[in-house]
Amino acid sequence: MSPEYNIPPPPRQRVADPRAFAGIAVEGLSKSFGPKVVLKDADLLIHKGETLVIIGRSGEGKSVLLKQLVRLLEPDAGRIWVEGEEIFELDAGPLMELRKKFGFLFQGAALFDSMNILQNVGLMLEEHTDWSTEKIHERACACLAQVGLSGSNDKLPSELSGGMKKRAGLARAIVMEPQFILYDEPTTGLDPITGDAINDLIIKLQRELGVTSVVVTHDMPSAFKIADRMAMLSRGNIVFSGTVDEIRNTDHPMVRQFIEGNSQGPLGAF
Amino acid sequence: MKRLFEKIGHVVTRAFLTAGEGTLLLRAIILQTPHIWKVRREVLDQMHVVLVGSMPLVIVTSVFVGAVTAVQAVYQMQALVPMKFLGVMISKTVFIELGPVLMALVVGSRLCAFYAAELGTMKVTEQLDAMTIMAIDPVRYLAMPRFWASVLMIPVVTIFADAVAVFGGYFISVMTLDISSGVFIEGLQLFYKHSDILGGLTKSVVFGGIIAMSGIFNGFHTRGGAEGVGRATMTAVVGSCLSVLVADYFLAIILFQIIFQK
Repeated sequence: MSPEYNIPPPPRQRVADPRAFAGIAVEGLSKSFGPKVVLKDADLLIHKGETLVIIGRSGEGKSVLLKQLVRLLEPDAGRIWVEGEEIFELDAGPLMELRKKFGFLFQGAALFDSMNILQNVGLMLEEHTDWSTEKIHERACACLAQVGLSGSNDKLPSELSGGMKKRAGLARAIVMEPQFILYDEPTTGLDPITGDAINDLIIKLQRELGVTSVVVTHDMPSAFKIADRMAMLSRGNIVFSGTVDEIRNTDHPMVRQFIEGNSQGPLGAF
Repeated sequence: MKRLFEKIGHVVTRAFLTAGEGTLLLRAIILQTPHIWKVRREVLDQMHVVLVGSMPLVIVTSVFVGAVTAVQAVYQMQALVPMKFLGVMISKTVFIELGPVLMALVVGSRLCAFYAAELGTMKVTEQLDAMTIMAIDPVRYLAMPRFWASVLMIPVVTIFADAVAVFGGYFISVMTLDISSGVFIEGLQLFYKHSDILGGLTKSVVFGGIIAMSGIFNGFHTRGGAEGVGRATMTAVVGSCLSVLVADYFLAIILFQIIFQK
């Protein structure tokens, strides 16, 4: 007989007036793909300037939540406010403007494989500024230097290692000096040393640029290193949210099972 | 029986849905066209893909189309029709039908597969999502340049193919079929009408649009991994070829029974 677990209800994370909230407010977000319910009335608050790490098992909807923050996916229900703007009410023009405030690092970096690294990093500047080619080149090189990729300008994505691709993706994400950077599994598939270098980069960028970062990961050492706050997504909802110390010391059975990597517990093994 | 009707209903609904989505994509491409100067480099790159990349295929196909047409024509005409009509028979067949349709099938399949595979791979590797998040509209940056490159360059390829095919027919006629050069050239000028070339080119403009739309639409709607890209590519090529053949019939009626008949 399986033990019964005392699971507290999901924390209610809502502000009285989301239009006055400086960060990102997610309210009642639901999303299903066919019969599979991925998100179910999920709430989340992301405060300006913090690094929030969203943890959870694979397939729990972390990436779906992240993509909805930039309206890459439309929800079935729920609303998201970014700096007071309700993103699902925005027309194409204002939505484009809002997206310029975001940088996004994809799990596989999603570099444009027909362009070299410099072109990848400089594309957004080419499209959204009237800068000269020299100035774009200079800025793109500076971003590549910031992630330790000087001298790789002419390389195609196919010529880069996994870690280099992530760093190039990061350079592309910061080129427009975004206010928000979203990271989808930034250390997945990397060796521990390269993964830690990416963590250091995330911390460095957060300190230097003062951005609000949202990191989706199930790599716990990485999460503990970079997070100001952590939220755990399970069964379609944010089941826990708190500081690093709070999550370390919580007795929430789901969180404990996850951070301890235990196959026995309320989350099950499979 | 109920299942059969459900299946038919599903197929019909899917067909209407695809047609609707395709129309919306075409509308989006046309609405983005005023921004074409901003993506001129991409347009030129795509024109290069259509024109220069297709040349070996165009030359080989056209030479043999012209040669086969000459051989078949001589076989049909011998002892019935004077050989001075050989040139006109080849040129009219090539200008009106074989040039535009074969180029749309041969070069079009190549191009359509290229578009679907390229954009499909970008879709499944999240490159299209990355572009969207970078506030760059994939329709403006990827679809619109490909569409116009195809619409503008397929007619150019067709003109070149027409010329090569007629030359192929001339070469085979003179070298192997005992037709004199003078008789062939005299035949080319007989019953020549500008509307033959104009009609063929009008067809190829429409075919260029069909080819591009099939490739782009299927690329943008790719799902899954490598298998999804393969399926999208196959669907794009089959859809393009069938659409070209159907459109050819309606264009033939509109162009040669209505517009150029007057």
